[in-house]
Parts: sequence; C-alpha cells; structure tokens
Amino acid sequence: MAAALAAHQNHIKNILIIERDLELGGILNQCIHSGFGLHHFKKELTGPEYSSLIIQEIQKTNIEVMINTMVLKLGEDKTIHAINSDHGYMKINAKAIVLAMGCRERTRGAIRIHGSRPAGVYAAGTAQRLVNIDGYLPGKRVVILGSGDIGLIMARRMTLEGAKVEAVLEILPYSNGLTRNIVQCLNDFAIPLILKTTITKIHGAERVEGVTIAQVDDQLSPITATEKFIPCDTVLLSVGLIPDNEISHSAGIAIDQRTNGPIVGELRQTSKDGIFACGNVLQVHDLVDFVSEEGALAGLGAAKYINNDFDSSFTHTTIADNGISYIVPQKINVKNITDKLKLFMRVKNIFENSIINVYLGDKIIASKKEHKFLPAEMISFDLKKQDLINNSEKQIIVKIEPII
Amino acid sequence: MKQTKNITPTNMVCICCPLGCSLTIIKSDNEWLVTGNKCLRGKKYAAEEMTAPKRVVTSTVKIAGGLYPMIPVKTEQPIPKEKIFTIMNILASVRAVAPITMGDIVIKNVADTGVNVVATKTDKGMPF
Ligand code: SF4
Repeated sequence: MAAALAAHQNHIKNILIIERDLELGGILNQCIHSGFGLHHFKKELTGPEYSSLIIQEIQKTNIEVMINTMVLKLGEDKTIHAINSDHGYMKINAKAIVLAMGCRERTRGAIRIHGSRPAGVYAAGTAQRLVNIDGYLPGKRVVILGSGDIGLIMARRMTLEGAKVEAVLEILPYSNGLTRNIVQCLNDFAIPLILKTTITKIHGAERVEGVTIAQVDDQLSPITATEKFIPCDTVLLSVGLIPDNEISHSAGIAIDQRTNGPIVGELRQTSKDGIFACGNVLQVHDLVDFVSEEGALAGLGAAKYINNDFDSSFTHTTIADNGISYIVPQKINVKNITDKLKLFMRVKNIFENSIINVYLGDKIIASKKEHKFLPAEMISFDLKKQDLINNSEKQIIVKIEPII
Repeated sequence: MKQTKNITPTNMVCICCPLGCSLTIIKSDNEWLVTGNKCLRGKKYAAEEMTAPKRVVTSTVKIAGGLYPMIPVKTEQPIPKEKIFTIMNILASVRAVAPITMGDIVIKNVADTGVNVVATKTDKGMPF
C-alpha cells in the first residue's frame, strides 16, 4: 500500500494492488495489540488501526484493488499469472512491479523437534490469526517456544482468552523481544520465561499431551540430565520468519543468501529490470513504520522507472564486514538518490561497548556507539549523498569495532 | 530534594513506548522520585505503577455480519490492572454488528472504569 501511494504521488495513473486475503492490511490485521505507528503517525496504534489509516489513504485515490486474488507465478517477462473467483485465470502485464509478499513463519520442520506428530502444534502467528480473526482458541494449556515479540504477545493473548501458559522457553541466554513485552505480557500474568532451554520432544498420539524440555549448553545442544516433562495440549512455535520469495524465484530474481530476500538497490530495484521489492519479503523488519518507508522507496523507484527517469546501473556496493550479518540495500546508484541514503543492517551477535563504523575507502562517513548491539534490533544509518559523490571509493564497508 | 534514607529504590522498565527506559524509583516524603525516564510519560507511569498500575486492554469481540467472525477492540485509556479479567469476561459476552467504523464505541464505561471500549478496525460487512 505504501508503494502504491508513493507511485500515485509520483503521477502514475494505472496502479493495481493484488491481495490474497479478503481485505488489505496483511499481517497488521491480526496484530491487534498496540505499538505500531510511533514514527509514521507519531502516535501509538494497534495493527488494524495502522492498516485502516493507510487503507483510508488508498481509498482517496484511484488505485485499483483486487482482493481474494492469488498470484501463481511471475514470469521472467514480467507477466503476472493470477487467479480469483470473479475472473478465473488472468495474465496481467505491468510496466513496473513491486513485490510485497511479506514473510512466512519457520515451522516445526525447520527446527526439527523430535517426537510424534499430534494435533496442537502451531506456528505462533497462525495461532494469532485463529484467535484474533477467526475467533478460535487453539488450546487450553500452552507451552511457547521462542521469546521473540510474537511469542511474548501470544503468551498474553492466550492467557487473556482463558488458556494457561505454562512457560515461554528461549534457547538463547536472553530474550529477543522488547523488554516492555516481557513486563506487560509475561510478568503481568506471572508467566515464567525459561532461558537457555528448548523442547527436545513432543508427546501425544492424536493431541499434544506434553513436551520434554531441557537446558542447553554453550553450543546450544540439549543437556540430557536436565530433561523435564511439562504437560500441555498446545505448543506454539515462535522461531523466526523467512521472506516469502516463491514468486521472486519464478521470475528469476537474484536472492541474497543472508537476508533470504532479493538483492536490491537504493530504490529497492531487484536484479530484474522494472521489478522492485519492499518490506518483509526483502528483510524481516522490527517496525511497520520502516516497512512503510521502504514501500515508499520502492513505489518511487517504480514511478521513476515508468517515467524513464531511472538509472539502472550501480555506482557503489555495500559490504557487511566484521560482525554485521547483512546490509540492505546491497547495491547503490547515487544518481537515483535525492539527498540521503538509508542503510539497514543487523549485527551477528551481541556486541557490548562497541562502535559500528561505515567506511568509504578508509574514511569513516558515519558511526554509531552503543552499550549493547543486539541481533534482534535492526540498525539504520543515514548517509549523505554528498559524502558518496565527493569520494572516488566505490565500496561502502560496515564493521563493528571495539571502543578504544 | 531531600531523600528518605533506608528505603530501597525500585527498578522497573517503562512500558509506555518501545524504547523501554529502565526507571529507578525512590519514595521521598510524599513524592516519587523517578530517574532514567527519557520523557515525562515515564515519570507518570512509575508513580502509577507504584500505587495503582494500569494497562490498555486490546482484544476482540464477536461481530455479526462482519467480514470475519471477530472485530478487534481496545480500551480507549489504560484501566486498572486488576480489572483486566473482569473486562475480558464482559468482552466475551458482547456481540458487535457490522457495519462498524474504527473508533465506534462497543461498550460504554466498561466495568465502571469510566473508560470506553472502542473498535480498532472498520468492518463494512461481507462484500459478497
Ligand atoms: S520514559 Fe518515555 S521514552 Fe522512556 S519508555 Fe517511557 S514513554 Fe518511552
């Protein structure tokens, strides 16, 4: 929606949004808790409130929306193959395309938990949709694996709806969620957070009957001697998100092995001419506000491309060096930048008392000092266009260094 | 300001925004001395948390004729923490009717808190 609005503001006439669900808004519609929009709207909103405000902006324009429509494939020639019950199978040709499919949840298969295959094991986001949109409670006695924000939010949600959450388990020595969520989602309801612990086995024939949990050592391997049984009827997994790039693959778009999303430039152009990507399909974001911001960049890129005002070559590359796990964008063309360039990145591990330096050649052009950098917190830098032009170096290198 | 001795400071995390400042609170005579807050909301929160903690409740209620069976709602203001489950029980017994607009009042003065429960989404009903 943010990309469509940006393209609209840049005088693009024919814009179509294709949505698989019955309404616009995506994952925001099931995130009924508050904490959204502090940057974009300068107030704290719930997910549906945030999406409703953007939908209202869409409705003021002539942007076309096709809901309940599934894109089956994106051809290498930019033909969109889609299907819905009104029009059946369709082929849609577009001058420019913005991909915004979001991400999927990692499942039990992705983390290989032993045991039987009973009913009652859900990805946390799936359970969230069942409770908040469809009105079903997936279980009464719950163990949650993973203490990222989705796991914490679901611990509170299940408790409010009358379930008993036995524990939230975290394999790492710290939670990846916001402290405020530990306070208001766990502490408020006396739900224990058990660190350095994981599920080693799921029990139950037809329905989950319990889980075996165990502490892990420094290599994250379970310590058998610490195994313990917790009875429960439901397991929620909050074990990470992966960008959903099936459609990108079908179009032959180059993917970054670290982000699992397309390799993109400063306006989120992918390796395919005229195809752009934004949001969680590109990199898993922490804040919807930055998703909107990234969507607007892609929308601007698409508009420039259609107006033949887009330079598809690259002038710079970004390199994630020591301690940095990835950087978006991976490539840059300064000619498409107005005055500032924002880099998004994550660190690989926890770094204490460190400084992140952005180098152009051997010159530092930006830096950020922190008591603690966490992998769970996305870090961003604003670089000045002027700094990039006034230097003949073409590699932007980012690394973590100790504070001296 | 004068500080009363032999009272241990309380530590807590402000939950009013995602920054999550670490607050330290000391009782001095009849005032709460708060440090660590990056804004004034943190001071208010700390004092409230020491005396009468409050939370915003976000949940769902059933909706008749809606796009989906549930519509999300929230208390317009924070409500006393001990009333959370009373309010959840009231929400379980309420049924909204489509069409409904974001901000519409679903329950007035819920559980005598003086706070309204409002819809947080617009649902025009089934389009087909
Ligand atoms: S004190 Fe202010 S800035 Fe800090 S967490 Fe609370 S509301 Fe946010």
